[in-house]
Order: sequence, then C-alpha cells, then structure tokens
Amino acid sequence: MSAALSAALLQVAAGGENAARTTSIGEPNAVAMGFFFAFISVTLGITYWAARKTRTTEDFYAAGRSISAGQNGFALAGDYMSAASFLGIAGLVSTTGFDGLIYSTGWLVGWPVVLFLIAEPLRNLGKYTFADVVAARMRQTPVRIAAAIGTLATVIFYLIAQMVGAGGLIKLMFGLSYETAIVVVGIAMIAYVLFGGMIATTWVQIVKAFLLLGGATILAALVLSKFSWSPLALFSAAAERYGATVLAPGKLVANPWDAVSLGMALMFGTAGLPHILMRFYTVPDAQAARKSVFYATGLIGFFYLMTFILGFGAMVLVTPEAIVAVDKGGNMAAPLLAEVLGGTPFLGFIAAVAFATILAVVAGLTLSGAAALSHDLWVSVARKGEATPIEQLRVARIATVVLGVIAVMLGITFKGQNVAYMVSLAFAIAASANFPALLLSIFWRGCTTMGVVSSMLVGALATVLLIYLSPTIQVDILQHESAWFPLKNPALVSIPLSFAVGIVVSLVSRDPEARAKFAEVARRVHLGGRG
Amino acid sequence: MNEERLRVLSALRMRIAIALTLTMIVIYFGFILLIAFNPALMGSLVVPGLSVGILLGALVIVVSWLLTWGYVRWANDYYDRELAELSK
Repeated sequence: MSAALSAALLQVAAGGENAARTTSIGEPNAVAMGFFFAFISVTLGITYWAARKTRTTEDFYAAGRSISAGQNGFALAGDYMSAASFLGIAGLVSTTGFDGLIYSTGWLVGWPVVLFLIAEPLRNLGKYTFADVVAARMRQTPVRIAAAIGTLATVIFYLIAQMVGAGGLIKLMFGLSYETAIVVVGIAMIAYVLFGGMIATTWVQIVKAFLLLGGATILAALVLSKFSWSPLALFSAAAERYGATVLAPGKLVANPWDAVSLGMALMFGTAGLPHILMRFYTVPDAQAARKSVFYATGLIGFFYLMTFILGFGAMVLVTPEAIVAVDKGGNMAAPLLAEVLGGTPFLGFIAAVAFATILAVVAGLTLSGAAALSHDLWVSVARKGEATPIEQLRVARIATVVLGVIAVMLGITFKGQNVAYMVSLAFAIAASANFPALLLSIFWRGCTTMGVVSSMLVGALATVLLIYLSPTIQVDILQHESAWFPLKNPALVSIPLSFAVGIVVSLVSRDPEARAKFAEVARRVHLGGRG
Repeated sequence: MNEERLRVLSALRMRIAIALTLTMIVIYFGFILLIAFNPALMGSLVVPGLSVGILLGALVIVVSWLLTWGYVRWANDYYDRELAELSK
C-alpha cells in the first residue's frame, strides 16, 4: 500500500494544475483490483478466524459480548458511514455547494439521541435484537411480528439502495457488468455473515472504517495542500468561480417543510436502525455501550467535517461539469477528485475503499435482518422460545442465505433506479416504526402491547404509503402531473402519527401484565443483569 | 438494595437525558429552520470564504460531539459510581 501511495503522492507533486480532465473511470483499473482483492483476502481471513470462534448464538449475533468500547466505536462508524455518505455527500456538495452539507449535519445529530435515550437501556434490557427490548414486558407474539416487519422493511430498503449503488459504482470503476458486481457483493457478504457471524462482521466494519477514514483524510489533506492548508481559501476559490451562492442554501430546500421533514427522518432514524442498535449487544456492558457511542460520534463527526473539504475540493479542482459528465447523480465526485490529485493509482485506492464501504454495510444489514427472521420470528414466535441453541444457529444461517439471495435479486431488479429515495425511506421507516415503539416501551408505564404494536405497524405502513404518494414517486417516477402528498420525506407526518397512535391505543387498551412488569423493567434499565 | 436511591438516580438520569435531547433538537432544528426560512442570513459571509451557514453547520457537528462528551463524563463519574454503591 505504501508504495502505491507514495507513487500517488509523487504524481500529485508532478501533476499540478493541468491534471488531465480525461478520466480513466470506467476502465478496468489494476490498482483498484489489487486493493480490492487485498481487502477481500484480509476480510475472508478474518472470517475464517471468526468462524472458529463462532459456536453459540451469542457468538453469532453478539460476538460473544467481547467487543471493547473502542472497537465498537469504530464498528458503529463502519456500519453507519455508507457509500451514500462518502460518494453521495461529496457529489451533492460538489454540484450544489452548501445544500449537500445539510446531509453532513443531519446524519450526525442522530447519534447524541441514540446515546441519551437508547444505547444503555437497550444493552441492559435486550439480548440480540431491538425487539427484545420492546417485548420485555409485552406479549411476545404480536410485538415480535410487528418489530420484525419494521426491521425487515428498514433493512430491505437500505439493502436495495446499497446494492444498486454498489452495482453502478463497480460498473463505473472496474468495468465489470452490473449483474456480476451485484453477485460478487452478495457472495462476499453472505460468506462474512454465514461463517463469521457478528465477530467477522464487526472486524470487517473496523477494517473498513480505518480505510474510509484514512482514504478520506489523505484526500482532504491533498486538497488542502493546494490551498495553503486553509479551508477558507478553498471555499473562497469555490465562491470566486461559481458565485457566492454556492456557500448559501439553494434550491434543494425550496420547500422549507421538506427540509424539516428530512431533518426529522435523519435525526430520529439513526435511533431506529436495526443494524446499528444490534451493535450495542456486542459489548460487555452498558458502560461500554455508552463509551462506544462517544467514540463513534467523534469518528463520524470528523468524517462529515471532511466532506466539506472533499465536496468543495471536487467543485474547484474537478468542476461540476466534469463530475456530472461521468455520472448524472454526481456520485463520482470523490473518485474523480482522487484521480485529479493522485492519478490512476489513487483513484484505484479510493474506488476500492468505496467498494469495501458498501460491502461492510450490507454485511451488517444482512446480519440484523437474519436476526429478525430467526430470533424474533422463528425462535420467539414459531417455536415460542423453545428452540435448542443448535437449531437457533442453523435457522440464523439459513436466514442469512435467504436474505443474501433476496438482496442480490432485488439489486438486479431495481437496476438503474434512483436510489436516494430508498435511503430516505429506510431512515423514515426506522424513525417512524422502530424509534417511537422503543421509546414508549422503555420509558412509559402506561404503554401496552396493543399500543406499541399499532405504533410500529402504523409507522411502517404510513411511511411506505406517504412515500408512494410523494412527488418523488408520483411525479418523478410515475410521471403524474402532481402528487397527493406534498413532501418528499414523510417523517414530519409519520413520526408524530406513530407516537400519537401508540399513546392513544395504549390509553384505550388494557395490559395489566405490561403495567405490572414496568417496575422490574425500570430497574433493569439501570442495573441490567445485576438487578 | 436501596430502592429509594435508585428511584432518585433514575429520575435524575431521565431529566438529564431529556434536557440533552431537547438541546440537540433545538440546535439542529434551529439550524434547519434558519436554512428553510432565512437562507439570506445563512449565505452572508463572516469572513471571506466562510458563510454563516457553513460556520453553523460545522458548529452543529462539533457541539453534538461535545454534548455526547458531557453526558459520558457525567455518566462515567457520577451515575456509574452511584449504581455501583446501590448494587452493593
């Protein structure tokens, strides 16, 4: 790696201002292939090592609760920073300026909410999935089914977005066909999860987080080196060339309520993402869960601050015209910037980092989906909690393969679709179906089984329905004149609706058992197993 | 086990959690509402190259992290010690 990097650095020194505007993106790139195979070899090696340590369901779902707070901080960051963060934000900022930064901030502010309200109670109350927490004092069957629906809906829309993104990205960068790319991603992620469970998935996240943060830092440093190490000189250069409007809010937020609704989905969605919540079970105790969120917030915040530099760097050094010419969505801004600054070898490195990013995120998503299918639906509902450990592990592995195959098929089916709305859909479902139910069941004595179940179901259904009726689907995709629902993101309506339904239904229904068990749950929120 | 002391600690943690969450909501939605309803202000320059919007955006990220730091400090120092004494 160091040889390639120093070669890249040499080229920057030699390249200067007339760095070529022609790009080798789309041609097979030997360096990218090399880095990519190195990543695959290392992660499969980790998987082999992890497979030998994965003997029980606790190993498979929760890495034997042996991950340290620092490791989990990196793993949380790895699970969270998807290709949408890296490629998407850099692309948005480079083509629209300030507007893209709304995402940089929005994707971070959910983390303090996770820390203050969810992380510690979750670790103390649950075992493997967030449904464990919601079901702690409720009737198992209806809660598990509703929570599995919320989990699977979130996971599947998130997976589709990542898979379609991966296919397009790999096609652009490696010259592989779209379908081949999807199948390669599918096989690698199934291998990680199937054999290595949460132990392998965690270490894949950690390796990916190092690569992504390292790659982005080098890229940002190379950009700043051209502007006498001053971000303000960079922003000034952007404003000089494209007008002061690039530093101000623009047309992305033409409808103010759209901005507020998107903000709500981003802020509260994080606290309802099943693959993120599941990570809190991998640490030994609530204190480690708490510390891991602090580390993760620092790493993710640092990364999003760098997207300011990468986005404006691409705007000035690559130019929006050149970025849009390669990919209409602007997603190639960061790779193009790497090429301008470090030539083909650095492009290859950044391309491989982006690929690793997607691979790690889909592995985390698949594991959380498999846990919902096996732990919540099979073991808790179908077998009423009576499954042997061997059967649980077998079902979890079958669920992994099933989900992996479904993800590959969906990725191929949705080829060429605009994926941005699917990520926002995943966040909106997580925020509306999962987050209110978690909050109500942990903190409100009067919450009943009927209450949380209706909150989860109404949250999930209302979100999907409102997205279907939104301008994104009705006008942009179905080409209708107008849309019944005015907002692009439904969170502004669906989150309050889900809370209201949960509260009203709880008030009119009776659940003496849930009420009686509240005192015990309230103790366990603080004391966990000790109480 | 001192039930009364646990109840007091639980109520304190709840108040801190709610106060910090509300702070976060006010900061972030304040930022979003400024973008939505006063884009001109967000576009005005503090110094050349630095608009109010970019400055506030970076501050939202930094302050979010400082809030998590503050909570973790309190929880590590006070909350954990109380819990340890309680469960003796």
